[in-house]
Amino acid sequence: MTENFFLYLLVMAGVTYLVRMIPLVFMKKRIENRFVLSFLYYIPYAVLTVMTIPAIFFSTGNLPSAAAGLLVALLLAWNRRGLLTVAVGASGAALLTEVLLRYIFPLFV
Amino acid sequence: MNQNYTFRWGLLDGLPICLGYLSVSFAFGIFSTQSGLAIWETLLISMTNLTSAGQLAGVPIIAGGGTFIEMAVAQFVINLRYALMSISLSQKADESMTLPHRLLIAFGNTDEVFAVASSKKKPVGSRYMYGLILLPYLGWASGTLLGAVAGSLLPDVVVAALGIAIYGMFIAIVVPVAKENRPTALCVGVAVILSLLFHFLPLLSSIPEGFAVILSAVAAAALLAAFAPLDAEGCPAFRRKENK
Repeated sequence: MTENFFLYLLVMAGVTYLVRMIPLVFMKKRIENRFVLSFLYYIPYAVLTVMTIPAIFFSTGNLPSAAAGLLVALLLAWNRRGLLTVAVGASGAALLTEVLLRYIFPLFV
Repeated sequence: MNQNYTFRWGLLDGLPICLGYLSVSFAFGIFSTQSGLAIWETLLISMTNLTSAGQLAGVPIIAGGGTFIEMAVAQFVINLRYALMSISLSQKADESMTLPHRLLIAFGNTDEVFAVASSKKKPVGSRYMYGLILLPYLGWASGTLLGAVAGSLLPDVVVAALGIAIYGMFIAIVVPVAKENRPTALCVGVAVILSLLFHFLPLLSSIPEGFAVILSAVAAAALLAAFAPLDAEGCPAFRRKENK
């Protein structure tokens, strides 16, 4: 099992490194092709979006707190808050929702 | 030869990046151990990869026993933007950046390191780059370790809430740009739809997550690149003339 992990690690780190290294070492010219440049512009936004939706809904273990966190994250990001603020805000909202649902609401039901 | 910026200058510029990395890697550390990986495995991943999105995608593949091909292709697509950054950095490098230095420095060419290096007015040398990369690397590694360990010490409720942190950071990167730029917003919209399709449609949902991410992201990016390429100033714009 451990050998398996090291193989995964090798592939993972290896590919990441090669993607960074090969262009730095070999490509001294600028890329001219507009489609390629445009594709490379869009790909990080596409990737981050795909990785977030729908995974974010499962990230906290329950839907309500995840939804609350998502809402707060979107709000904060819309207002151009920094990485840390959005992350902490989202986590805080998730935590608050979770605490409310788990400990406070049952007192009234 | 005389380089434009010193090692110490690099350290100074790297400090804010380091602080930012402490929090992102902390979240990653928690996520990874929550997914079932050991603390030492989590730490090794961060120490050898130095990328949030790639690491976040890689952990489920390891935890779920995905194929090595899936891992390789996923890492390739997700980290593709670094290729562009490396090309760009290559233009910015002075003569001190010989092959051995490039081989080493390439390892540390992250989004933030690249952004800072690119913002320097004059060409950057090897000593500056080493300084720039060092603290962020230490921050990334230590943050991961702290997160991995904290995962087992913090109350369950807190750990669960922190699960959302790394996605919060992704949102913080995407939303401001999408807000300002319609083609990017459209790309995000298409990506959301594709991702949901791959997740919920019966046939598509049997495709392993790594590949699903690749296919959706590449499709969304390619579509937009075709219909809203970068214009002369490097801003994405729809092909037909449109008044904004």
